[in-house]
Amino acid sequence: MSTGTARAIPPPTRLREPATLRQRPFFVETILALVLIAVPLVLPYLGSAPNTVNRILVWGLFGIGFDILFGYTGLLSFGQSALYGTGGFVAAYLLTRAGFPYVILALVIGTIAAAAVGYLVGLIALKRTGIYFAMITVAIAEVFYFVEFNPLSEWTGGENGLPGVPTPSIPLGFTTLHFSTGWSLYPFLAVVYFLGIVLALRIVRSPVGTIFRAIRENPLRAAAVGHNIHSYKVAAFVIAAAYAGLAGGLLGVMQGFMPPEAFTFDTSGQLVIQTAIGGRGTLFGPLLGAGVWLFLQDFLQGTLKLGAAWKLVLGLVFVLLVVFLHNGIIGGLKSLYQHVRGRANGDTVAIDTIDADAARTSAREPHFRRDVPAFSGPILKATGLSKHYGGVIANADIDFSVNRGELRGIIGPNGAGKSTFFKMLTCEVSPTSGSITFEGRDITGMSVTDVCQLGLTKSYQVNQLFNRLTVRENVAIAALAALRGKLKLDMLRKMANVPGLVDQVEHTLELVNLTGRRDTPVSQLAYGEKRRLEVGLALASSPTLLLLDEPLAGMSPSERVETVKLLKSIAQGRTMIIIDHDMDSLFELAERVTVLQEGRVLVEGTPEEIKGNAKVQEAYLGGVHEGLGDTAEAVS
Amino acid sequence: MITWANFVSQLFNGLALGALLALISSGLTIIYGTLGVLNLAHGAMFMLGGYAGYMAYEATGSYVVALIGGAVFLLVVGILLERVVIRHFYHRPHEDQLLVTFGIAIVIVEAVRFFFSSLSKTVPAPSLLSGITPLGFMFYPTYRLALVGIVAVALLALFLMLFRTRLGMIVRAGIEDSVMVDSLGINVQRVFMVVFGIGAMAAGFAGIVNAPVVALTPDVGEAILVQTFVVVVIGGVGSFTGAILGGLIAGEIISITSMINPGYAYVVLFAAMTLVLMVRPQGLLGTKGRE
Repeated sequence: MSTGTARAIPPPTRLREPATLRQRPFFVETILALVLIAVPLVLPYLGSAPNTVNRILVWGLFGIGFDILFGYTGLLSFGQSALYGTGGFVAAYLLTRAGFPYVILALVIGTIAAAAVGYLVGLIALKRTGIYFAMITVAIAEVFYFVEFNPLSEWTGGENGLPGVPTPSIPLGFTTLHFSTGWSLYPFLAVVYFLGIVLALRIVRSPVGTIFRAIRENPLRAAAVGHNIHSYKVAAFVIAAAYAGLAGGLLGVMQGFMPPEAFTFDTSGQLVIQTAIGGRGTLFGPLLGAGVWLFLQDFLQGTLKLGAAWKLVLGLVFVLLVVFLHNGIIGGLKSLYQHVRGRANGDTVAIDTIDADAARTSAREPHFRRDVPAFSGPILKATGLSKHYGGVIANADIDFSVNRGELRGIIGPNGAGKSTFFKMLTCEVSPTSGSITFEGRDITGMSVTDVCQLGLTKSYQVNQLFNRLTVRENVAIAALAALRGKLKLDMLRKMANVPGLVDQVEHTLELVNLTGRRDTPVSQLAYGEKRRLEVGLALASSPTLLLLDEPLAGMSPSERVETVKLLKSIAQGRTMIIIDHDMDSLFELAERVTVLQEGRVLVEGTPEEIKGNAKVQEAYLGGVHEGLGDTAEAVS
Repeated sequence: MITWANFVSQLFNGLALGALLALISSGLTIIYGTLGVLNLAHGAMFMLGGYAGYMAYEATGSYVVALIGGAVFLLVVGILLERVVIRHFYHRPHEDQLLVTFGIAIVIVEAVRFFFSSLSKTVPAPSLLSGITPLGFMFYPTYRLALVGIVAVALLALFLMLFRTRLGMIVRAGIEDSVMVDSLGINVQRVFMVVFGIGAMAAGFAGIVNAPVVALTPDVGEAILVQTFVVVVIGGVGSFTGAILGGLIAGEIISITSMINPGYAYVVLFAAMTLVLMVRPQGLLGTKGRE
């Protein structure tokens, strides 16, 4: 951390997870351990069958990985049975037909096999997103089922499955722990589940877990701030596959038999339903959902004698739950708790007014500084840049260059192609022709992620934030990309232990004056605050060239005045290009202004030259000569 | 033993299956394209159509009544579903839409199982179309030939509805840009309702036509749904012609692979889907950027 500022800097509070997990260290783990220990002491007296409890644990473990994929990363897969079956059959095959004696090692091998298959499957399924992903995973589940039954039936026993799977025993030297069935197997499953949760908590609290949630909230922005989201999605898929494979192996151990039904689509469906019932994005939701599902099944079938209709009843329950309780039982309990406590999530400080002067005096040197390659000439140079959409010409033959340290403004009537021009500069869209050079490197055709990693990024015309995360988490997501690069699988590292992260986040929050709102979820911010956070997301990656697409759009006049002050303070030591319709503000900020009209550069010059330029006046006013500054507002 | 006649007969089977898949997939794809909802209950609609046709046939003994009655029933079911459940999900995330339609599928399948049991039902082919037709070098079941014709007529009707009517124009415009259609003062709500009904009807109609070919059980929809997804991925989401092309490709792949080894039908189908995803991720006739 840098010192030497007079202003008291708020202590860097630790970057932690959302309210569910924001507890004392090991709080969740301790509670879970106590509950798992209490279960075999209490439940037998309530008449619970140990096998039901064991099945719930296996489903719960299966669900932990699925929840990381679905609840945290936002990828709803209907293909988890493929990986559950893979892990299960690999382990069961080793333990039965291959005569492999070590149960735990076989489970580990099954887990690794499922993870490896998950990697390949993930590469295919993640070619597309959204509903395509869901459809492809459905197809994958079906294919694996058929493969298990037919081409591989020699190995898997086909419709007979693999009988005779042994239970584990652990030699301790002086004695050997034997786990057989029922309550005797429970401790083994409970320990595995416990370790599964401990590991998952580490993952979701790590930088990788934070990026998973960023992908769920806004994949486009997660990529634009510099994360290789495809690889992170594959990572989430592999994690889910590993948990599925381990749970599949435990299924065989638990039943003494590896059933072929593990591979059916119904298995995937049941996992999805249980996770949704319990509550996604909670890690414990699948366990709770499995408990509800299996106990209800026993109750409806056994006590109420409903026979096959039990599934109809559970289906109806599920539909009602999805319609009325968006986030499952845990989500429902959480909002009930918050309702009773009468507090909204996060702090309720009144909207703080912008104190740009304070921000300027306190603006410290950022912790993170980019290495600038040796180059001469302008920092950004576009040559002959054109973009055609079919017959529509958005940009035509634009030559444009900006020098280091410059603050450039871009104006132009609506439809002049300003935003398209920005999108080409940040490589969100590729130009039809022409080239772009940034710091002496040709970046034409690079990905938006790579360009952001080089130090060129932008803030968006329409806010692109991570809505269900807090202000601090939003900024941290962008800062992580700058500090860690576009891909790093440090899944066990705590957020607070990322070198320089706390400093970078606090520095950015100060720059955009959101320090007092750091723990507020984005959805509760005022519009002006969201606008500042939008700029903050771009700033958090310490760009050497920052593009701002209409930072003043939609602001009240007083907000504009203050945001202009803010932008001035940000501009110190940076190169910036700003698009805006507010010409008074832009002429005050910018040293040079480029005017676009109908996709071409109309004229370029100092604000004074532009104000007096007849062509510009004509472009805006159609030949009516008036003082441009007075009428610009009406045009915008 | 694979003979020439055997091969041609499988080609015809593939054509029949492909035509069915094309019809079901067009239903799925116009619902998705217009409403933005991937209907996981689409397979259940197919199955329900079969049972509706079965009921109508049992009551009247007429194949034609079964065909029309079943289709109308599914239209009504689709409209009711849209009004009661689906419309509350337009503004919720895709995942919620998937969850709720998945739940609806379970409820429909289990309700049918509750009333009709899991034992299979049969609907006989109409006497006029039963028996076999000599094709010179081979014999082929008459009804399967007729099935291709009936489905082709249904696809043509769907095509005319999509490309020759005002409703179809709105639907196609909605697939391109639903926000724009919304802001043009068109009663989108009613269009959505009708589209969901028609989509369900397409699947249900396929289910009725298919009923004389297969044994009808509450689970027939699941396998069809999976094949439909592959068709849509191959053809491209939101593309009517893509659904037809994808349907025919999938039908032939399943049919011809089954002749060699039925166990590999899905493997080859999946391999084809993977190939399309690698070479042309948006589907053969899909448009880039449409998810």
